[in-house]
Amino acid sequence: MSGMANSTDTATVAPAPPRARATTGRRGNTLLRHVLIATVVGVVVVIATYQIEPFRNYQLATIGAYLCVLPGLILLTGFTGQISLGHGALMAAGAYTVALTPDLPFLFSLLAGVLVATVLGAVIGVAAARLHGPYLAGATLAVAVSVPAVTTTFDGLFGGDAGLTFAVSPAPASLGAYFPFERWQAWITLLGAAVVMLLLANLVRSRFGRTLRAVRDDEVAASLAGIHVGRVRVLAFVLSAAGAGLGGGMFALLAQSVSPGAYGLTLSLNLMLAIVLGGLGGLRGAVWGAIVLVALQPLADWATSGLDADPALQQRLEGTLPLAIFGAALIVVMTTAPGGLDALVTRALRRLRGARRSDPAAR
Amino acid sequence: MDRFLFLTMDGVTRGTIYAAFALALVLIWRGTRVVNFAQGAMAVATVYIAYSVSGATGSYWLGFASALVGAALLGAVIELVVARRVHDAPPLNAIVVAIGLVLFLQAVLGMIYTNEYLAFPAPFSQNAVFAGVSPYDVFVFGVVVALLGVLTWLFTRTPLGLRMRASAFAPEVSRLLGVDVALMRTLGWVLAAVVGSLAALLVIPTELGLHPTAMDDVFVAAFTAAVVGGLDSPAGAVLGGLIVGVLLSYVGGYVRSDATPLAVLGLLVVVLLVRPGGLFAVPSARRV
Repeated sequence: MSGMANSTDTATVAPAPPRARATTGRRGNTLLRHVLIATVVGVVVVIATYQIEPFRNYQLATIGAYLCVLPGLILLTGFTGQISLGHGALMAAGAYTVALTPDLPFLFSLLAGVLVATVLGAVIGVAAARLHGPYLAGATLAVAVSVPAVTTTFDGLFGGDAGLTFAVSPAPASLGAYFPFERWQAWITLLGAAVVMLLLANLVRSRFGRTLRAVRDDEVAASLAGIHVGRVRVLAFVLSAAGAGLGGGMFALLAQSVSPGAYGLTLSLNLMLAIVLGGLGGLRGAVWGAIVLVALQPLADWATSGLDADPALQQRLEGTLPLAIFGAALIVVMTTAPGGLDALVTRALRRLRGARRSDPAAR
Repeated sequence: MDRFLFLTMDGVTRGTIYAAFALALVLIWRGTRVVNFAQGAMAVATVYIAYSVSGATGSYWLGFASALVGAALLGAVIELVVARRVHDAPPLNAIVVAIGLVLFLQAVLGMIYTNEYLAFPAPFSQNAVFAGVSPYDVFVFGVVVALLGVLTWLFTRTPLGLRMRASAFAPEVSRLLGVDVALMRTLGWVLAAVVGSLAALLVIPTELGLHPTAMDDVFVAAFTAAVVGGLDSPAGAVLGGLIVGVLLSYVGGYVRSDATPLAVLGLLVVVLLVRPGGLFAVPSARRV
């Protein structure tokens, strides 16, 4: 796990000037700093949602929905060293709960979705606690491929392959008569994402966060230091499951429907590749990962339409080209730059800053 | 009773295929301590080779043979280009790279052959002629038994098999004794790719058809079979394959056919909770 450990260090040290952090350590209120950052980013984003067209707002909302899931997955994979190929199924749990409780206020059905996903995650997590690498990956893979089986076996409740549709109440009238629904969606999902990021950012800086890293880096040493390795693993899995439930509920809000096809193996694999491409070293990797997931499809569409090829070929490339690029990128990133986009950006920024100061001691 | 017999025979036939695919997983796991999550996608790619060659020449057997040759090449290329790079990295990296391979291979297959289900017929009739057994079942059974015989002979009776086993269990010592461990690893991947391809060639005519994701469910079933058998044991993988095959056949026949992935999941979770080392596990000190 040495490669990942290195990238963790660079990623967590990076936000503040390197030398200042080295001497001041953890002085200053972490929570206060994170709340401040979240507020500033939040204000900027809210202003931005007024400036962009509805489709861009929808994309922003999708990024927000992904950002509810991905930080938890980074906690699980990057900080604890467990791999899950089944978080799409946990998202399905959250999404179906929201779809099945249309009469509740959205906040409550969202919380119910988080609760259901958390319970499901606890069940899987208890089995997972004793599992290492390939066993956990295989078990969660089995969970991922059984989503369509669950929805068709209990089709009376879940509506089979067609899924369920439900109505989401529009934005409150107090926001103005012509408030676009997409902007309202973006506000909700980004608020959820902010809550998740804030909670987890504090968590990874806490004693629990250090425990996670200890378990990841050396299980035996961690248990000798009095850490209950199994319990820590289960907790990390349950936390990430809660995030997946929230994200699933947000996806249900975006589509106003749920169907097994949307939460199959492809989604689970996409989530994993988002965190790997974004960077497993810190929670900021989740932001990059979410952006990559949302931006790649339009980019690929643009590339194929620019090819000027015949329509049959174009149609064939439409669904497959992004996946091929994703797959190749996953292999290249993992073999050459395991830190992901976040590490690359951090390194580039630091080089820029170093060049401007022309201060060799900073490096 | 007829139904029971039919389901049992059907389960045994499917079980032999799962056993073969589980063997492919065990081969790579023993050699490199990596579960090859790309095994299914690799196998599907070779069946597409068979589809193209059979379509062009009109001969099933020519397609069959070229799929196996293609599998050997694919296994060698993937080991040399990709898998070798993550061999010394944390186990996480190998899994991530395998998933990358799955996405890449499936996407490329979709580009070339579209994401439609293609018909890939069996070489013999699939209609039962006696006691629920069809000529194709006999063929499947015969191929897998022959495969098991060849593998057993290779690993227990030949110097090459001895070298492969040695480099899997004690790479450092083997290297000191003059075994080319890296070459043995590549050979292990080649062998596993061929075995996996064989399993896919046998199983796809019994399924919906040829599709880039056609082996996803088979992979999960075979992984479960390998875990039931302990991941390390070829004999365990075969028995695990039969258990999973018969169980799925009963669930599909007596409960409902949609529920089989749930049965696999249930079996996997139970085995992992009760006997994580597989059915034949002996208590052993964990290596630190």
